[in-house]
Amino acid sequence: MIRCKTSKEIGGMGHSMKRKEDDRFVHGTGNYTDDVKLPGTLYMDIVRSPYAYAKIKNIDSSEALKIPGVLAVITGKDLEQYNLHWMPTLMSDTQMVLPVDTVMYQAQEVAAIIATEKYIARDAREAVKVEYELMKPVVDPFKALDSDAPILRSDKEDKKDNHIWHWEVGQKEETERIFQNAEVTVKEQMHIPRIHVASIETCGCVASYDKVENHLTMYMTTQAPHAIRTVIALVAGHVGLTEEKVRVISPDIGGGFGGKVPVYPGYVIAIAASFLIGKPVKWIEDRSENLQADSFARDYHITAELAGTKDGKILATRMKVLADHGYTDASANPSKFPTGMFSIATGSYDYSNAFMEADAVYTNKPPGGVAYRCSFRVTEAVHAIERMTDRYAHEIGKDPAALRFQNFIKKDQFPYHSPTGWEYDSGDYEAGLKLAMKAVDYDNLRIEQAEKRKKGELMGIGLSTFTEVVGAGPSKDFDILGIKMFDSAEIRVHPTGKAIARFGTKSQGQGHETTYAQIIAEELGIPAKDIQIEEGDTDTAPYGLGTYASRSTPTAGAAAAVAARKLRDKAKKIAAHLLEVSEDDLEWEPGKFSVKGAPEKAKTIQEIVFASYTNHPQGMEAGFEATHYYDPPNLTFPSGAYICVVDIDSDTFEIKVRKFVAIDDAGHIINPMIAQGQVHGGLTQGIAPAMYEELIYDDDGNILNGTLMDYLVPTAVESPSWETGHTVTPSPHHPIGAKGIGESPTVGAPPAIANAIIDALKPYGITHLDIPITPYKIFKALKEKGVLDKHIQEL
Amino acid sequence: MKKEITLKINGEEFTEQVEPRTLLVHFIRENIGMTGTHIGCDTSSCGACTILIDGKSAKSCTLLAVQAACKEITTVEGIATTEGVHPIQEGFKENHGLHCGFCTPGMMLRAIELLEKNPDPTEEEIRWGISGNLCRCTGYNNIVKSIKYAGAKLRGDELPSTEPEFVE
Repeated sequence: MIRCKTSKEIGGMGHSMKRKEDDRFVHGTGNYTDDVKLPGTLYMDIVRSPYAYAKIKNIDSSEALKIPGVLAVITGKDLEQYNLHWMPTLMSDTQMVLPVDTVMYQAQEVAAIIATEKYIARDAREAVKVEYELMKPVVDPFKALDSDAPILRSDKEDKKDNHIWHWEVGQKEETERIFQNAEVTVKEQMHIPRIHVASIETCGCVASYDKVENHLTMYMTTQAPHAIRTVIALVAGHVGLTEEKVRVISPDIGGGFGGKVPVYPGYVIAIAASFLIGKPVKWIEDRSENLQADSFARDYHITAELAGTKDGKILATRMKVLADHGYTDASANPSKFPTGMFSIATGSYDYSNAFMEADAVYTNKPPGGVAYRCSFRVTEAVHAIERMTDRYAHEIGKDPAALRFQNFIKKDQFPYHSPTGWEYDSGDYEAGLKLAMKAVDYDNLRIEQAEKRKKGELMGIGLSTFTEVVGAGPSKDFDILGIKMFDSAEIRVHPTGKAIARFGTKSQGQGHETTYAQIIAEELGIPAKDIQIEEGDTDTAPYGLGTYASRSTPTAGAAAAVAARKLRDKAKKIAAHLLEVSEDDLEWEPGKFSVKGAPEKAKTIQEIVFASYTNHPQGMEAGFEATHYYDPPNLTFPSGAYICVVDIDSDTFEIKVRKFVAIDDAGHIINPMIAQGQVHGGLTQGIAPAMYEELIYDDDGNILNGTLMDYLVPTAVESPSWETGHTVTPSPHHPIGAKGIGESPTVGAPPAIANAIIDALKPYGITHLDIPITPYKIFKALKEKGVLDKHIQEL
Repeated sequence: MKKEITLKINGEEFTEQVEPRTLLVHFIRENIGMTGTHIGCDTSSCGACTILIDGKSAKSCTLLAVQAACKEITTVEGIATTEGVHPIQEGFKENHGLHCGFCTPGMMLRAIELLEKNPDPTEEEIRWGISGNLCRCTGYNNIVKSIKYAGAKLRGDELPSTEPEFVE
């Protein structure tokens, strides 16, 4: 299944090599942003709005400024003098850095305190008096377009409503016609809840401006350091912070998951403060600020419909999305994709037609939404189609697995052109589902379920056979703020055969220091342990768009392989020179070139590298370095077959995940141990919105669960013991046949769990429940169906 | 008004002047300058700041530095022995028990106490035992495996396999 071409000593692809980065983490010597200590550092804290929508009448900083150690209280009016009070979002919308007159969501930044100590800054935060005039907020996105709704973005000229954009794709008329004539149609209204990445490390920075050199060093929690450097230069170039004067360093990151892609106001205020005062300014948000103010994810209201025949042939799907973006569209999608890759919503099935549309609206909630461990809205799309596939199977009384086999895109249909315009690179969906079914003993589970149903016990089996679209992306379609979404690798091999390689991406726990080294080891035969990987410093790394959307392996991983191949070509020339044979007479095995038919005549890669510095052929460039900027020809399409078995207590409705098997197909695997770890983690982040997590707002726009006390991040107790496996269908266009794996589980798990729960409740006429599905939601649904009254009487 | 406190951290004695309101985690990170103990929340929920006080695990964000006066504290920087890494460190590294590493110090210190009290815990006992520590990256499977491995090592039993297991 997973094969290794290199020896364990070399440690190329397929080896479960232990992670190179772990030593510093288990010794507590990792260097996260809050660990950065510079002499003379000042501390920043932020005054936040208690209201969701209000006019700022007055900000009185006088008492705060009297506190010894408080140096400044910065307001929107202060930033306005430098034209720094607004900034662009990555979606070319605009976002306040600090408000001049209006706050748009609860916990929005209102003013910033700069003080000599952290605790003093916090004291001063309490001493700043802000007078507000409350306004009635728009909280419900369905009411945002009402004619009497206040126009939230009146700062924009000519804005007459709260509509942001409309998007559509597919065959509208043909789909309409199919629905009119179809034997079976099913429809559900579903909400993919507003959730938060909640990485254990919050966001923060140390902005260090050197007045003499006119140079800014910005240590920050960012997944995309180069893009941030360019954004800083675009926002603050007019005050002298041009791009060569800005160095962004992203140290170790304590989890990112998409939440550390955007530019948050705190970063910009810290830069402004350091710029004005000339000292380093540290800002580290606390957890509640992180949950309440940083970009949310999801929050899609989807009306999903599916049309098919009575015997299970899927014909068309129609989806209509209402996207709640909060007060500004602060997504981090590629520019041309306002709904991200939502149009992957025909999934793994051979649809002839589909039509999808989306409208986005402003509300008085925090801005977003970020691609939380998801390649831009793929999670929402997959949830909709996988839920509807089960819904349709139940409607026609067909087993959901059998229905999937009937409708899968077949192995020989690849490259497959979807009705929404994607070209799927490769896949073998039947193989994955067969393996998953075998692992759970599917047929016997159905027998057990039938017996339990007779006794009134609630047991459910849920499937999710999804296709992802990751690795953004080809420059013809993909850019962020105009910058094409290539990524880069630079390999530099030292005379003694040891190497350093630098990348435009940035690991946040994915293990790049190990996996990139393995890719290079695979291609060059230099042991992975001899290859140092460096990311996250814009002064040293080649330009890249960063790590999110499962793009690191598809883009930078490919760049590493191509750069290494350039070096192997050079190595061959040098080997031919050293062995005094023609290049055609040489053959490669990992780690050395030897003469065909005379294997004892060989040169190791280390000997060749040494020669590149000491004895290179005349006319050849000395040294052993290569850089590659990889522009992917297509996206990659990982897939998976997940099966979840749940038991629901028929008195308390507590949901217990008894078994969960995840079979992923991410093409060739670089490091099975790390790939599996990624799947485990993603699955727990999948059960989270399926059963526990949702950011909840009341009618006044107050967040009701903005701390970790009540925003339920799963612990080891809620998280089941996951079982995982692989099928391997390489990507034909990727240099190492890899597809990316980090996000498949987050995408695939929620519908598997939801489908299992609905499957358990099917006998009682329940066809859909919105995630997170809680015992209370089940109780309520059963009560509405009148089931519970009978049940209680029986008790 | 600052108070003088004397305490031991990882065997070394410190005498420092602190404001009485200073949280122990800030004292360790800022006053002493040991940054291996992390802060992940403001509600004592995440456990990233877990340390040992006189051998018992505690969330150092929930204690004042003055409460730790005259106590012996162990942080992640103090668990490696002169012979090498602590079995729990080896367990996490060998079993891919960490991704981003942010929760790891707290998770390991919690596990050290867990294994002292219960040298051969079941999977369920481990899961409940670390339920005061959040990890957002690993899905916990490999943390459980890491703690089992460390338990075996501490007991002197044969070490379990560290190879990942897959459904075939």
